Amino acid sequence: MSTGILDLDFSSIPGALPILANGLATTFEITVAAFIIGVGWGIVLAVMRLSGNKPLAFFATSYVNLFRSVPLVMVILWFYLIVPQLLKSIFGEGIADIRFASALTAFCLFEAAYFSEIVRAGIQSVSKGQISASYAMGFTYLQTMRLIILPQALRNMMPLLVTQLVILFQDTSLVYVIGLADFFGSAYKVGDRDGRLVELLLFAGVIYFILCFALSTAAKRLQKRNVR
Amino acid sequence: MAYNWNWGVFLQDTGIGNGETYLDWLITGLKWTLTLGLSAFAIALVVGAVMGVFRTTPSKILSSIGTCYVELFRNIPLLVQLFIWYFVIPELLPFGWGEQFKQMNPLLQQFLCATVCLGLFTAARVAEQVRAGIQSLPRGQQAAASALGLTLPQTYRHVMLPMAFRLIVPPMTSEFMNVFKNSAVATTIGFIELSRQAQQLVDYTAQAYESFIAVTLIYLVINASTMYFMRWVETKTRVPGFIGSSK
Repeated sequence: MSTGILDLDFSSIPGALPILANGLATTFEITVAAFIIGVGWGIVLAVMRLSGNKPLAFFATSYVNLFRSVPLVMVILWFYLIVPQLLKSIFGEGIADIRFASALTAFCLFEAAYFSEIVRAGIQSVSKGQISASYAMGFTYLQTMRLIILPQALRNMMPLLVTQLVILFQDTSLVYVIGLADFFGSAYKVGDRDGRLVELLLFAGVIYFILCFALSTAAKRLQKRNVR
Repeated sequence: MAYNWNWGVFLQDTGIGNGETYLDWLITGLKWTLTLGLSAFAIALVVGAVMGVFRTTPSKILSSIGTCYVELFRNIPLLVQLFIWYFVIPELLPFGWGEQFKQMNPLLQQFLCATVCLGLFTAARVAEQVRAGIQSLPRGQQAAASALGLTLPQTYRHVMLPMAFRLIVPPMTSEFMNVFKNSAVATTIGFIELSRQAQQLVDYTAQAYESFIAVTLIYLVINASTMYFMRWVETKTRVPGFIGSSK
């Protein structure tokens, strides 16, 4: 059974490409959905936290601290426990893709906590005078945020958002713990099936590296452009 | 379908015949999570410091070694790295070391892999902090050190690193907390740390909520303790006259 370094055999990869592509599509779906919903919910949380309204700020702070203190693996397992029961009570039996739905919920809610910290830093990076000026013009808090502060803040924090997107993309591989076949899960399954785990794992590593490296290089470019 | 809460479940015997209760399982999990986190962080500090210093040296070779290391370990998911350490590296080792490795106690195999993997993964993050710390020092310090006739290694040893290491304590807090959170990934290779024990408890007792709540609380406590510990380190190592030292 021992494979030396020279008898790597990648021949099972071409035939498995459809499965792998399917997995990669799942990975992208979770990443994109969690990014959009996570940033949206993250903005809401950050605005709540800075609003000066005590109950809202307390809720947002506790939410963020809770999610940031628990390992993502635990969060995924939690939602795999809660979401199916919720879905059943809402839609009745017959929801086919429970794993996907619970992974998606877990990632959206979990990533929102991290995005909200980035957004908060972004908002605080906009100079205070802008807020005072917009209050002086008669804007309400929400109007100030939406029309004056957030457009500038979002521009400042683009590089950090992209960096977090890279982390999110990597983290989606953890759906392995609930047996969902994302890109990594598919690679593992194919490798296990064909007895070529070594080759498939190396292949998965290379693909992840290429995608993440490209994305993080883009983040660095953005950062340089912003500094200019 | 009402859920039957039963917090007494932790005091029940596991029934596998060694007189352990489920609480003992949680304690075992906690013990392994802490051991894994602390040993991985020790590796991360050493390797991270070396790689971070490499990236700031004028030598092209050293700085590209540092850059390659950081990019490689930061751009591959931790889970993939763990599986590569666990399933791939033993196959590629020379001199039959791989065979020897596979004959070890499975728990030891998992622990070694998880520690090395998590340590080297975290090291890439630590290296970035070390680099940022060194680069945040006023340029004049290095110039002054060369003017005094210190060689480059001496400058690092006596002038730059003592400052840089103290400056990066606050950002290291979150890396230290991350190492414990990331240790949960080791559940995927079957290592019996906390989140594995949570899943086992669910399998054995079907009391999913109690088990998950208990383990989540333990993670919260680990996090809070790490934070307080690092705050204490911060007050001890603060550099007078620098940002954050005025509190």
